Amino acid sequence: MSDRNSEAKQSSMEVFFNGLVKENPTFVLTLGMCPTLAVTTSAVNGLGMGLTTTAVLVLSNAIISLLRHIIPNRVRIPAFIVIVASFVTMVQLLLEGFIPSLYSALGLYIPLIVVNCIILGRAESFASKNPVIPSIFDGLGMGLGFTAALTAIGAVRELLGAGEFFGIPVINNVLGLFTTVEYVPISIFVLAPGAFFVLAALTALQNRVKRKMQEKGQNVDKIQSGCSSDCASCSDSGCAHRFVDVDGAPGSVADAKADRKKEG
Amino acid sequence: MLDVVKDLLVLMISSSLVSNVVLSQFLGLCPFLGVSKKVDTAVGMGGAVIFVITIASGVAAVIYKCVLERFDITYLQTIVFILVIAALVQFVEMFLKKYIPSLYQALGVYLPLITTNCAVLGIALTNVQKNYGIGFSIASGLFTAVGFMIAIVILAGIREKMEYNDIPESFQGMPIVLITAGLMAIAFCGFSGLL
Repeated sequence: MSDRNSEAKQSSMEVFFNGLVKENPTFVLTLGMCPTLAVTTSAVNGLGMGLTTTAVLVLSNAIISLLRHIIPNRVRIPAFIVIVASFVTMVQLLLEGFIPSLYSALGLYIPLIVVNCIILGRAESFASKNPVIPSIFDGLGMGLGFTAALTAIGAVRELLGAGEFFGIPVINNVLGLFTTVEYVPISIFVLAPGAFFVLAALTALQNRVKRKMQEKGQNVDKIQSGCSSDCASCSDSGCAHRFVDVDGAPGSVADAKADRKKEG
Repeated sequence: MLDVVKDLLVLMISSSLVSNVVLSQFLGLCPFLGVSKKVDTAVGMGGAVIFVITIASGVAAVIYKCVLERFDITYLQTIVFILVIAALVQFVEMFLKKYIPSLYQALGVYLPLITTNCAVLGIALTNVQKNYGIGFSIASGLFTAVGFMIAIVILAGIREKMEYNDIPESFQGMPIVLITAGLMAIAFCGFSGLL
Protein backbone atom coordinates (compact mmCIF):
# COMPACT_ATOMS: atom_id res chain seq x y z
CA MET A 1 0.00 0.00 0.00
CA SER A 2 1.52 3.24 -1.13
CA ASP A 3 0.07 5.39 1.64
CA ARG A 4 1.70 3.20 4.26
CA ASN A 5 5.09 3.64 2.66
CA SER A 6 4.69 7.36 2.60
CA GLU A 7 3.50 7.19 6.19
CA ALA A 8 6.79 5.60 7.13
CA LYS A 9 8.69 8.50 5.67
CA GLN A 10 6.84 11.12 7.67
CA SER A 11 8.69 12.89 10.41
CA SER A 12 7.71 12.26 13.99
CA MET A 13 5.98 15.61 14.35
CA GLU A 14 3.88 15.01 11.24
CA VAL A 15 2.84 11.63 12.60
CA PHE A 16 1.95 13.27 15.89
CA PHE A 17 -0.28 15.98 14.36
CA ASN A 18 -1.75 13.49 11.94
CA GLY A 19 -3.29 11.63 14.86
CA LEU A 20 -4.28 14.77 16.71
CA VAL A 21 -6.12 16.54 13.89
CA LYS A 22 -6.19 14.99 10.44
CA GLU A 23 -6.99 11.44 11.50
CA ASN A 24 -8.65 12.22 14.81
CA PRO A 25 -9.75 8.80 16.04
CA THR A 26 -13.14 9.91 17.32
CA PHE A 27 -14.38 12.51 14.87
CA VAL A 28 -12.67 11.39 11.66
CA LEU A 29 -12.17 7.65 12.04
CA THR A 30 -15.04 7.12 14.55
CA LEU A 31 -13.22 4.42 16.46
CA GLY A 32 -13.76 3.34 20.03
CA MET A 33 -17.31 4.55 20.41
CA CYS A 34 -18.19 2.58 23.55
CA PRO A 35 -15.98 4.51 25.99
CA THR A 36 -16.66 7.70 24.04
CA LEU A 37 -20.31 7.56 24.98
CA ALA A 38 -20.12 5.81 28.30
CA VAL A 39 -17.62 7.79 30.35
CA THR A 40 -18.14 11.31 29.01
CA THR A 41 -20.62 12.34 31.69
CA SER A 42 -18.19 15.08 32.72
CA ALA A 43 -15.12 16.72 31.24
CA VAL A 44 -12.88 15.31 33.99
CA ASN A 45 -13.99 11.74 33.30
CA GLY A 46 -13.44 12.23 29.58
CA LEU A 47 -9.96 13.61 30.23
CA GLY A 48 -9.14 10.74 32.60
CA MET A 49 -10.32 8.08 30.17
CA GLY A 50 -8.47 9.75 27.31
CA LEU A 51 -5.19 9.95 29.19
CA THR A 52 -5.51 6.36 30.40
CA THR A 53 -6.07 5.19 26.83
CA THR A 54 -3.15 7.34 25.66
CA ALA A 55 -0.84 5.73 28.20
CA VAL A 56 -1.83 2.23 27.08
CA LEU A 57 -1.59 3.21 23.42
CA VAL A 58 1.89 4.71 23.70
CA LEU A 59 3.27 1.79 25.74
CA SER A 60 1.73 -0.92 23.58
CA ASN A 61 2.78 0.84 20.36
CA ALA A 62 6.35 1.04 21.66
CA ILE A 63 6.54 -2.63 22.68
CA ILE A 64 4.78 -3.93 19.57
CA SER A 65 7.09 -1.87 17.40
CA LEU A 66 10.12 -3.25 19.26
CA LEU A 67 8.91 -6.80 18.79
CA ARG A 68 7.69 -6.38 15.23
CA HIS A 69 10.40 -8.58 13.70
CA ILE A 70 10.06 -11.23 16.40
CA ILE A 71 6.31 -11.83 16.48
CA PRO A 72 5.38 -14.36 13.78
CA ASN A 73 2.85 -13.01 11.32
CA ARG A 74 0.29 -15.75 11.92
CA VAL A 75 -0.15 -15.16 15.63
CA ARG A 76 0.35 -11.42 15.60
CA ILE A 77 -3.18 -10.46 16.66
CA PRO A 78 -3.27 -12.72 19.73
CA ALA A 79 0.23 -11.49 20.58
CA PHE A 80 -0.86 -7.85 20.26
CA ILE A 81 -3.88 -8.55 22.46
CA VAL A 82 -1.74 -10.09 25.19
CA ILE A 83 0.60 -7.08 25.13
CA VAL A 84 -2.30 -4.60 25.23
CA ALA A 85 -4.11 -6.55 27.95
CA SER A 86 -0.97 -6.62 30.10
CA PHE A 87 -0.58 -2.85 29.89
CA VAL A 88 -4.28 -2.34 30.59
CA THR A 89 -4.00 -4.50 33.71
CA MET A 90 -0.95 -2.53 34.85
CA VAL A 91 -2.66 0.81 34.27
CA GLN A 92 -5.77 -0.45 36.01
CA LEU A 93 -3.82 -1.47 39.11
CA LEU A 94 -1.92 1.84 39.12
CA LEU A 95 -5.16 3.82 38.91
CA GLU A 96 -6.72 1.74 41.68
CA GLY A 97 -3.71 2.46 43.86
CA PHE A 98 -3.06 6.12 43.14
CA ILE A 99 -6.22 7.76 41.70
CA PRO A 100 -9.05 5.76 43.28
CA SER A 101 -11.66 8.43 42.47
CA LEU A 102 -11.00 8.13 38.74
CA TYR A 103 -10.83 4.35 39.07
CA SER A 104 -14.32 4.17 40.53
CA ALA A 105 -15.70 6.72 38.04
CA LEU A 106 -14.46 4.79 35.02
CA GLY A 107 -15.10 1.37 36.54
CA LEU A 108 -15.71 -1.35 33.98
CA TYR A 109 -14.51 0.77 31.10
CA ILE A 110 -10.85 0.56 32.16
CA PRO A 111 -10.49 -3.18 31.43
CA LEU A 112 -12.56 -2.63 28.29
CA ILE A 113 -9.72 -0.50 26.87
CA VAL A 114 -8.41 -3.88 25.67
CA VAL A 115 -11.16 -4.13 23.08
CA ASN A 116 -10.95 -0.48 22.05
CA CYS A 117 -10.30 -0.70 18.33
CA ILE A 118 -8.07 2.39 18.33
CA ILE A 119 -5.36 0.43 20.11
CA LEU A 120 -5.45 -2.75 18.05
CA GLY A 121 -5.98 -0.67 14.93
CA ARG A 122 -2.85 1.40 15.50
CA ALA A 123 -0.88 -1.69 16.50
CA GLU A 124 -1.85 -3.44 13.30
CA SER A 125 -1.62 -0.54 10.88
CA PHE A 126 1.24 1.51 12.29
CA ALA A 127 3.31 0.04 15.11
CA SER A 128 3.81 -3.34 13.44
CA LYS A 129 5.28 -1.67 10.35
CA ASN A 130 7.27 1.28 11.73
CA PRO A 131 10.29 1.88 13.99
CA VAL A 132 9.90 2.63 17.67
CA ILE A 133 10.16 6.44 17.77
CA PRO A 134 7.49 7.17 15.11
CA SER A 135 5.27 4.53 16.73
CA ILE A 136 5.49 6.30 20.08
CA PHE A 137 4.61 9.63 18.44
CA ASP A 138 1.76 7.98 16.56
CA GLY A 139 0.42 6.59 19.84
CA LEU A 140 0.83 9.98 21.50
CA GLY A 141 -0.94 11.84 18.68
CA MET A 142 -3.81 9.37 18.37
CA GLY A 143 -4.17 9.17 22.14
CA LEU A 144 -4.22 12.93 22.60
CA GLY A 145 -6.68 13.28 19.69
CA PHE A 146 -8.92 10.77 21.45
CA THR A 147 -8.44 12.66 24.75
CA ALA A 148 -9.35 15.98 23.14
CA ALA A 149 -12.51 14.51 21.63
CA LEU A 150 -13.60 12.83 24.86
CA THR A 151 -12.95 16.00 26.87
CA ALA A 152 -14.95 18.06 24.34
CA ILE A 153 -17.93 15.69 24.44
CA GLY A 154 -17.68 15.50 28.24
CA ALA A 155 -17.53 19.28 28.53
CA VAL A 156 -20.65 19.76 26.37
CA ARG A 157 -22.58 17.15 28.35
CA GLU A 158 -21.44 18.55 31.70
CA LEU A 159 -22.24 22.13 30.68
CA LEU A 160 -25.75 21.31 29.48
CA GLY A 161 -26.53 18.58 31.98
CA ALA A 162 -25.14 20.07 35.17
CA GLY A 163 -24.32 23.67 34.23
CA GLU A 164 -20.71 23.08 35.19
CA PHE A 165 -17.32 23.08 33.47
CA PHE A 166 -14.69 20.87 35.14
CA GLY A 167 -16.80 21.05 38.30
CA ILE A 168 -17.09 24.86 38.34
CA PRO A 169 -20.70 26.11 38.05
CA VAL A 170 -19.84 28.44 35.16
CA ILE A 171 -23.33 29.15 33.87
CA ASN A 172 -24.67 30.18 37.25
CA ASN A 173 -21.57 32.29 37.95
CA VAL A 174 -22.04 34.18 34.68
CA LEU A 175 -25.81 34.50 35.07
CA GLY A 176 -25.32 35.67 38.65
CA LEU A 177 -23.40 38.72 37.39
CA PHE A 178 -26.40 40.07 35.48
CA THR A 179 -29.59 38.52 36.77
CA THR A 180 -31.06 36.55 39.61
CA VAL A 181 -32.20 33.80 37.22
CA GLU A 182 -30.79 30.37 37.99
CA TYR A 183 -29.86 27.88 35.29
CA VAL A 184 -31.93 24.70 35.50
CA PRO A 185 -29.71 21.83 34.30
CA ILE A 186 -31.07 19.63 31.51
CA SER A 187 -30.17 16.51 33.38
CA ILE A 188 -30.93 14.16 30.48
CA PHE A 189 -27.58 15.18 29.00
CA VAL A 190 -25.66 13.43 31.75
CA LEU A 191 -27.88 10.35 31.38
CA ALA A 192 -27.52 7.74 28.65
CA PRO A 193 -29.77 9.36 25.99
CA GLY A 194 -27.81 12.62 26.16
CA ALA A 195 -24.66 10.81 25.04
CA PHE A 196 -26.36 9.75 21.83
CA PHE A 197 -27.77 13.24 21.20
CA VAL A 198 -24.48 15.07 21.73
CA LEU A 199 -22.58 12.66 19.51
CA ALA A 200 -25.30 12.91 16.85
CA ALA A 201 -25.07 16.70 16.88
CA LEU A 202 -21.27 16.67 16.69
CA THR A 203 -21.26 14.13 13.84
CA ALA A 204 -23.87 16.15 11.95
CA LEU A 205 -21.72 19.26 12.40
CA GLN A 206 -18.74 17.36 11.06
CA ASN A 207 -20.78 16.15 8.05
CA ARG A 208 -21.76 19.71 7.32
CA VAL A 209 -18.19 21.00 7.48
CA LYS A 210 -17.05 18.15 5.27
CA ARG A 211 -19.75 18.90 2.69
CA LYS A 212 -18.82 22.57 2.63
CA MET A 213 -15.21 21.61 2.05
CA GLN A 214 -16.18 19.24 -0.73
CA GLU A 215 -18.17 22.01 -2.42
CA LYS A 216 -15.02 24.07 -2.39
CA GLY A 217 -13.29 21.17 -4.08
CA GLN A 218 -11.01 20.17 -1.27
CA ASN A 219 -10.06 16.57 -0.89
CA VAL A 220 -11.39 15.15 2.34
CA ASP A 221 -11.14 11.46 1.56
CA LYS A 222 -10.79 9.32 4.58
CA ILE A 223 -7.33 8.06 5.23
CA GLN A 224 -6.87 4.35 5.61
CA SER A 225 -6.16 3.17 9.09
CA GLY A 226 -5.97 -0.27 10.62
CA CYS A 227 -9.63 -0.36 11.36
CA SER A 228 -11.67 0.77 8.44
CA SER A 229 -13.47 3.97 8.03
CA ASP A 230 -16.41 3.94 10.40
CA CYS A 231 -17.84 2.50 13.51
CA ALA A 232 -20.05 0.23 11.48
CA SER A 233 -17.08 -1.80 10.48
CA CYS A 234 -15.31 -1.30 13.78
CA SER A 235 -16.72 -4.57 14.99
CA ASP A 236 -15.53 -6.20 11.79
CA SER A 237 -12.11 -4.82 11.63
CA GLY A 238 -12.08 -4.38 15.41
CA CYS A 239 -9.85 -6.76 13.82
CA ALA A 240 -12.10 -9.68 14.44
CA HIS A 241 -11.65 -11.37 11.12
CA ARG A 242 -7.94 -11.25 11.51
CA PHE A 243 -8.15 -13.92 14.15
CA VAL A 244 -9.59 -16.01 11.41
CA ASP A 245 -7.18 -15.50 8.59
CA VAL A 246 -4.92 -18.45 8.86
CA ASP A 247 -2.52 -17.56 6.12
CA GLY A 248 -1.79 -14.21 7.69
CA ALA A 249 -2.82 -12.13 4.73
CA PRO A 250 -4.69 -9.10 6.04
CA GLY A 251 -7.56 -9.14 3.56
CA SER A 252 -10.17 -6.44 3.69
CA VAL A 253 -13.36 -6.85 5.64
CA ALA A 254 -15.36 -7.08 2.47
CA ASP A 255 -13.13 -9.91 1.24
CA ALA A 256 -13.63 -11.83 4.45
CA LYS A 257 -17.38 -11.44 4.19
CA ALA A 258 -17.42 -12.48 0.54
CA ASP A 259 -15.36 -15.55 1.36
CA ARG A 260 -17.79 -16.48 4.04
CA LYS A 261 -20.74 -16.13 1.75
CA LYS A 262 -19.03 -18.37 -0.81
CA GLU A 263 -18.43 -21.01 1.82
CA GLY A 264 -22.00 -20.77 3.02
CA MET B 1 -36.16 -22.54 45.62
CA LEU B 2 -38.71 -19.76 45.38
CA ASP B 3 -36.00 -17.26 46.25
CA VAL B 4 -33.87 -18.47 43.37
CA VAL B 5 -36.78 -18.11 40.94
CA LYS B 6 -37.46 -14.62 42.25
CA ASP B 7 -33.81 -13.64 41.90
CA LEU B 8 -33.76 -14.99 38.36
CA LEU B 9 -36.87 -12.98 37.43
CA VAL B 10 -35.38 -9.80 38.84
CA LEU B 11 -32.12 -10.53 37.00
CA MET B 12 -34.05 -11.10 33.78
CA ILE B 13 -35.88 -7.79 33.91
CA SER B 14 -32.96 -5.76 35.17
CA SER B 15 -30.37 -7.03 32.72
CA SER B 16 -32.52 -7.22 29.61
CA LEU B 17 -34.65 -4.09 30.03
CA VAL B 18 -33.76 -1.76 32.89
CA SER B 19 -30.00 -1.59 32.42
CA ASN B 20 -30.06 -2.54 28.75
CA VAL B 21 -26.60 -3.47 27.58
CA VAL B 22 -26.55 -1.08 24.62
CA LEU B 23 -28.86 1.73 25.57
CA SER B 24 -27.75 2.33 29.12
CA GLN B 25 -24.32 0.67 29.39
CA PHE B 26 -23.05 1.45 25.87
CA LEU B 27 -21.56 -2.01 25.38
CA GLY B 28 -21.70 -3.58 21.94
CA LEU B 29 -22.42 -0.27 20.23
CA CYS B 30 -20.48 -1.13 17.10
CA PRO B 31 -22.69 -4.00 15.90
CA PHE B 32 -25.72 -2.13 17.24
CA LEU B 33 -25.05 0.80 14.91
CA GLY B 34 -23.37 -1.19 12.15
CA VAL B 35 -25.53 -4.26 11.56
CA SER B 36 -28.96 -2.71 12.08
CA LYS B 37 -29.92 -1.68 8.57
CA LYS B 38 -32.29 -4.63 8.00
CA VAL B 39 -34.42 -6.59 10.45
CA ASP B 40 -33.20 -9.93 9.02
CA THR B 41 -29.54 -9.23 9.63
CA ALA B 42 -30.34 -7.69 13.01
CA VAL B 43 -32.07 -10.91 14.06
CA GLY B 44 -29.07 -12.92 12.84
CA MET B 45 -26.64 -10.73 14.73
CA GLY B 46 -28.84 -10.86 17.83
CA GLY B 47 -28.97 -14.65 17.63
CA ALA B 48 -25.20 -14.91 17.29
CA VAL B 49 -24.68 -12.53 20.21
CA ILE B 50 -27.06 -14.52 22.44
CA PHE B 51 -25.27 -17.74 21.51
CA VAL B 52 -21.75 -16.44 22.08
CA ILE B 53 -22.40 -14.36 25.20
CA THR B 54 -24.24 -17.18 26.97
CA ILE B 55 -21.43 -19.66 26.32
CA ALA B 56 -18.68 -17.11 26.97
CA SER B 57 -20.07 -15.96 30.31
CA GLY B 58 -20.43 -19.59 31.41
CA VAL B 59 -16.86 -20.47 30.39
CA ALA B 60 -15.45 -17.27 31.89
CA ALA B 61 -17.25 -17.96 35.19
CA VAL B 62 -15.93 -21.54 35.32
CA ILE B 63 -12.37 -20.37 34.62
CA TYR B 64 -12.65 -17.60 37.19
CA LYS B 65 -13.98 -19.88 39.93
CA CYS B 66 -11.85 -22.94 39.20
CA VAL B 67 -8.54 -21.47 38.04
CA LEU B 68 -8.10 -17.79 38.82
CA GLU B 69 -9.57 -17.87 42.33
CA ARG B 70 -7.96 -21.14 43.30
CA PHE B 71 -4.47 -19.98 42.39
CA ASP B 72 -5.10 -16.44 43.61
CA ILE B 73 -4.31 -14.77 40.28
CA THR B 74 -7.57 -12.87 39.82
CA TYR B 75 -5.66 -9.78 38.69
CA LEU B 76 -5.00 -11.62 35.42
CA GLN B 77 -8.72 -11.71 34.63
CA THR B 78 -8.64 -9.19 31.77
CA ILE B 79 -5.86 -11.00 29.90
CA VAL B 80 -7.32 -14.45 30.50
CA PHE B 81 -10.89 -13.50 29.60
CA ILE B 82 -10.04 -11.80 26.32
CA LEU B 83 -7.92 -14.74 25.17
CA VAL B 84 -10.53 -17.27 26.25
CA ILE B 85 -13.27 -15.37 24.43
CA ALA B 86 -11.22 -15.06 21.25
CA ALA B 87 -10.38 -18.76 21.29
CA LEU B 88 -13.93 -19.72 22.18
CA VAL B 89 -15.46 -17.84 19.26
CA GLN B 90 -13.03 -19.58 16.90
CA PHE B 91 -13.85 -22.93 18.41
CA VAL B 92 -17.62 -22.36 18.30
CA GLU B 93 -17.32 -21.37 14.66
CA MET B 94 -15.39 -24.50 13.73
CA PHE B 95 -17.74 -26.70 15.73
CA LEU B 96 -20.85 -25.26 14.13
CA LYS B 97 -19.36 -25.51 10.65
CA LYS B 98 -18.62 -29.19 11.12
CA TYR B 99 -21.60 -30.45 13.12
CA ILE B 100 -24.54 -28.02 12.81
CA PRO B 101 -24.18 -26.53 9.31
CA SER B 102 -27.70 -25.10 9.29
CA LEU B 103 -26.99 -22.99 12.39
CA TYR B 104 -23.61 -22.06 10.93
CA GLN B 105 -25.29 -20.75 7.81
CA ALA B 106 -27.59 -18.58 9.88
CA LEU B 107 -24.98 -17.21 12.29
CA GLY B 108 -21.65 -17.84 10.55
CA VAL B 109 -21.17 -14.42 9.04
CA TYR B 110 -21.69 -12.71 12.38
CA LEU B 111 -19.58 -14.93 14.61
CA PRO B 112 -16.12 -13.49 13.88
CA LEU B 113 -17.51 -9.99 14.26
CA ILE B 114 -18.31 -10.71 17.88
CA THR B 115 -14.79 -11.61 19.01
CA THR B 116 -13.79 -8.10 19.91
CA ASN B 117 -17.29 -6.98 20.82
CA CYS B 118 -16.91 -5.23 24.13
CA ALA B 119 -20.24 -6.61 25.34
CA VAL B 120 -18.81 -10.14 25.66
CA LEU B 121 -15.82 -9.08 27.75
CA GLY B 122 -17.91 -6.50 29.60
CA ILE B 123 -20.48 -9.05 30.75
CA ALA B 124 -17.82 -11.55 31.82
CA LEU B 125 -16.20 -8.83 33.94
CA THR B 126 -19.52 -7.58 35.35
CA ASN B 127 -20.42 -11.12 36.45
CA VAL B 128 -17.15 -11.33 38.35
CA GLN B 129 -17.69 -7.89 39.88
CA LYS B 130 -21.18 -8.83 41.09
CA ASN B 131 -19.84 -12.11 42.44
CA TYR B 132 -22.32 -14.33 40.60
CA GLY B 133 -22.00 -18.11 40.72
CA ILE B 134 -21.65 -20.13 37.54
CA GLY B 135 -25.39 -20.65 37.03
CA PHE B 136 -26.23 -17.01 37.61
CA SER B 137 -23.41 -15.92 35.31
CA ILE B 138 -24.87 -17.96 32.47
CA ALA B 139 -28.36 -16.58 33.19
CA SER B 140 -27.06 -13.01 33.34
CA GLY B 141 -25.22 -13.49 30.05
CA LEU B 142 -28.30 -14.92 28.39
CA PHE B 143 -30.65 -12.17 29.58
CA THR B 144 -28.23 -9.37 28.76
CA ALA B 145 -27.84 -10.75 25.25
CA VAL B 146 -31.61 -10.96 24.89
CA GLY B 147 -31.67 -7.27 25.81
CA PHE B 148 -29.18 -6.63 23.00
CA MET B 149 -31.39 -8.56 20.58
CA ILE B 150 -34.48 -6.54 21.60
CA ALA B 151 -32.65 -3.25 21.12
CA ILE B 152 -31.03 -4.09 17.77
CA VAL B 153 -34.25 -5.52 16.26
CA ILE B 154 -36.25 -2.44 17.29
CA LEU B 155 -33.58 -0.12 15.86
CA ALA B 156 -33.49 -2.11 12.62
CA GLY B 157 -37.28 -1.88 12.32
CA ILE B 158 -37.16 1.90 12.77
CA ARG B 159 -34.29 2.25 10.29
CA GLU B 160 -36.22 0.29 7.64
CA LYS B 161 -39.07 2.78 7.95
CA MET B 162 -36.65 5.70 8.01
CA GLU B 163 -35.38 4.88 4.52
CA TYR B 164 -38.46 6.62 3.11
CA ASN B 165 -38.16 9.75 5.21
CA ASP B 166 -36.78 13.09 4.23
CA ILE B 167 -33.86 13.62 6.59
CA PRO B 168 -31.88 16.90 6.71
CA GLU B 169 -28.73 16.46 4.69
CA SER B 170 -26.27 16.84 7.56
CA PHE B 171 -28.13 14.29 9.65
CA GLN B 172 -28.17 11.56 7.02
CA GLY B 173 -26.29 8.41 7.90
CA MET B 174 -24.89 8.02 11.40
CA PRO B 175 -26.33 11.14 13.12
CA ILE B 176 -29.98 10.20 12.59
CA VAL B 177 -29.27 6.65 13.78
CA LEU B 178 -27.69 8.10 16.94
CA ILE B 179 -30.73 10.32 17.50
CA THR B 180 -32.99 7.29 17.09
CA ALA B 181 -30.88 5.36 19.57
CA GLY B 182 -31.10 8.30 21.98
CA LEU B 183 -34.90 8.33 21.76
CA MET B 184 -34.94 4.57 22.34
CA ALA B 185 -32.70 5.10 25.36
CA ILE B 186 -35.25 7.57 26.75
CA ALA B 187 -37.98 4.98 26.24
CA PHE B 188 -35.90 2.34 27.99
CA CYS B 189 -35.35 4.72 30.91
CA GLY B 190 -39.04 4.18 31.57
CA PHE B 191 -38.36 0.58 32.56
CA SER B 192 -36.40 1.70 35.59
CA GLY B 193 -39.68 2.01 37.47
CA LEU B 194 -40.26 -1.74 37.05
CA LEU B 195 -37.98 -2.82 39.87
